[in-house]
Amino acid sequence: MSGFTISRRTMLAGSAMLLASTAMPTSGWAQTPKKGGRLVLAADSEPRNLNPAIVASNGVFFISSKIVETLAEASFDGKDGLAPRLALSWEGAADGLSATFKLRDGVRWHDGKPFTSADVAFSALQIWKPLQNLGRTVFKDLASVDTPDDLTAVFKFAKPTPFQLIRNALPALSSVVPKHIYEVGKIEDNPANNTPIGTGPFKFGEYKAGQYYRLTKNTDYWGKDEPYLDEIIYQVLPDRTSAASALEAGEIQLAAFSAVPLADLDRISKVPGLKVISKGYEGLTYQLVVEINHRRKELADVKVRQAIAHAIDKDFVVKTVFLGYAATATGPVPKNDPQFYTADVPTYAFDVAKANALLDEAGYKRGADGNRFSLKLLPAPYFNETKQFGDYLRQALAAIGIDAELVNNDSAAHIKAVYTDHAFDLAVGPPVFRGDPAISTTILVQSGIPDGVPFSNQGGYKNDALDALIAKASETLDTAARTDLYKEFQKEVATDLPLINVAEWSFISVARDTVGNIANNPRWAVSNWADTYLES
Amino acid sequence: MSGRTEGGAPARHFFQLPRVIVPMTRALTLLRRRLVGSIFVLLIVVVGTFLLLEAAPGDAVDAYIVSTGGDAGMIELLRHRWGLDQSELTRLANYLWALLHLDLGQSVTFSRPIRDVILERLPNTLLLMVSATALSFGLGSALGIYAGARPGSFRDRFLSIGSLALYAVPGFWLGLVLIVVFAVDLRWLPVGGIETLASDKTGLDRAADIATHLVLPVAALGFIYLALYLRMMRAGMAEVWRLDFVLAARAKGLSRRRIVLAHVARNALLPLVTMLGLQSAQMLGGSVVIESVFSVPGLGRLAQEAVAARDTPLLLGIILTSAVLVIVINLLVDIAYAFLDPRVGAGEAGA
Repeated sequence: MSGFTISRRTMLAGSAMLLASTAMPTSGWAQTPKKGGRLVLAADSEPRNLNPAIVASNGVFFISSKIVETLAEASFDGKDGLAPRLALSWEGAADGLSATFKLRDGVRWHDGKPFTSADVAFSALQIWKPLQNLGRTVFKDLASVDTPDDLTAVFKFAKPTPFQLIRNALPALSSVVPKHIYEVGKIEDNPANNTPIGTGPFKFGEYKAGQYYRLTKNTDYWGKDEPYLDEIIYQVLPDRTSAASALEAGEIQLAAFSAVPLADLDRISKVPGLKVISKGYEGLTYQLVVEINHRRKELADVKVRQAIAHAIDKDFVVKTVFLGYAATATGPVPKNDPQFYTADVPTYAFDVAKANALLDEAGYKRGADGNRFSLKLLPAPYFNETKQFGDYLRQALAAIGIDAELVNNDSAAHIKAVYTDHAFDLAVGPPVFRGDPAISTTILVQSGIPDGVPFSNQGGYKNDALDALIAKASETLDTAARTDLYKEFQKEVATDLPLINVAEWSFISVARDTVGNIANNPRWAVSNWADTYLES
Repeated sequence: MSGRTEGGAPARHFFQLPRVIVPMTRALTLLRRRLVGSIFVLLIVVVGTFLLLEAAPGDAVDAYIVSTGGDAGMIELLRHRWGLDQSELTRLANYLWALLHLDLGQSVTFSRPIRDVILERLPNTLLLMVSATALSFGLGSALGIYAGARPGSFRDRFLSIGSLALYAVPGFWLGLVLIVVFAVDLRWLPVGGIETLASDKTGLDRAADIATHLVLPVAALGFIYLALYLRMMRAGMAEVWRLDFVLAARAKGLSRRRIVLAHVARNALLPLVTMLGLQSAQMLGGSVVIESVFSVPGLGRLAQEAVAARDTPLLLGIILTSAVLVIVINLLVDIAYAFLDPRVGAGEAGA
């Protein structure tokens, strides 16, 4: 990773964020927090549903993680990378059939009612398992939740379930909502989905569509002296350029999730009073991936896939497309993952001559026009960087005699074209690594997934050995053995290349110097901000 | 204006006020005909938009799962909940049936009645449009008179070229430049939004706050169309200058100022009124961009979001509202015409 320096301020934050993430101290500029103040920040979208127990996505968490809390949060220095929230401790049984959570005492919902194990049981059984986008997979074998007392919840599984997976899923999947609010009527239609009630440091205040969300301080919060802020205002700024202008004009104090485009960071880091921070997203790693349609006979040949891998200059991509705010990838698990990552996999150095030789060997000779074959390339439109990488990939493929036609769609059309209609040969996608390969990573290469499932293997790839490996890992209870299986999984993916992992990136925050305790956990932007403060 | 007939060009003399009764009956006839026609126009607009959106690849669920992901069961559940598992024809029929009962339906992205979502944003867009139209029409025609009073002079050329340059500038660019200069560098005006966030201002304070927020977006939207009125006014005046009654007015010894304002400009003003109606549709289109750049929560930005989210009923609601708006504005313009120009009878008023 290049030592890409932006300003003296970012030197503090550390620019080599992805590699050094886990070793970082919690805060480089810790001071005594001040109380009071209103934090105004940019929000680029308005989620239709603010219930994080139903919709476990960063867009929802960004706002509602301050209101509704999870059992545990990600942590730089906690055991297993976790810090307690609503649960104080957690333990899985050796047989994988149960997991026990001891809950925090004296916690109250925003409406004054006490928080108990019944709320956890209700959330898990009625929401996470049947309704939640990610929970439907992770908690599929959850049979019941026993509540021997108000502060103990025992999850019972119908089939042995690795506790490592449950533990890794806690920060994103375990938002607890109040049973007494949700037990009446249909959960999906509950008004609290738009005006959430939780246990968090902030209460939902008001929402003005197209303008702002207002969260107000929860004076009854369980955290000592917390929260520090009186109010949080999310200003809805849909335009890519408005967050930067609003920061410079002093109208907002924070823009998270790369609301300020990478290309503007260099300029904005020189504005007095603003700091650029690349920390605090280590638990939200996005992967830049070339998705491959194995139904194309050329692409079904591993030699062709290897040739494409050799044709991509990953360092160039990191430097040019991501302006250094990324790391090159070796396989399906990002380098910054503390539990599963292994570097012991086949790698594909940038080597155009070798790529050309591999294609010749595969029998795809160059024609009179210099082309071997043509294909359709669909870059996902969700990020600037996925689109730019699409442009780069087209050139890289041209260098090895593959003529790629770029097809640009908007989000809905792209999702349909790739994951339902399979109308692509190559696609550029940004899957998310969520702390455990079983949550949303193995699905990218596993066979037998129905048509239409987004961010899954829709390229018709089938590898029995890999499928067997995934199945075995999903029922292996021993943490070390399970981890080893996922290392083997990475090796197999890197060898057979069902898809090509190019880079890994996270987001950037830009903030006023006055905002304190930024980026002090690996999921900071989507954590509860109880300790965030403003210097006057 | 007095009823003097001067200059031997009675046909050009629009401002002789007849008894009010005649244009009144004309206006009523016009209204009746327009209403019948409008219903067909609206029907075509609704069906056309619906089919266009259906032709776009991907539906509301595809747009939604971009940010959430989800398994096959969840996707099926969503399609069912949002009624997307029904055939296109069923959905169109259902929509039209509900529309007949003045029900715009439920927004998929907002999970709220579309009527509420639109009514919340409509005032902002109207405020922006009316202010921008007032700016471009008022300033444009004033400058047009100023330029047209001395055709071929330096000020005429300067204004013509200057306004053309503004017209050629893309709206979003002008908006960004205004933001950088007046909001970021000088900090005189806010970067965006329609009012100060969560400020709890009321009454005059709030009105002043909203006005401050409107300055930049209104300028960005209004300046683009300024050229249109300026050049039309100028061209109209150039035409009127040549007419005999102007010569007669001169011969009578009227001051130049009086000739320009009372005779030439007044006669050149009429086509601008027509333009006002036609251009209201363009203004709505332009507001899509300006509302995004300035984060104004209006209909234009809402429409853009509705397309991205494939929220068909919401977009239909917005288009329908806009269509009604344009029809009403043009009707008002025609009625104004019936009063202003006696030659325009109800029979010929179809624009």
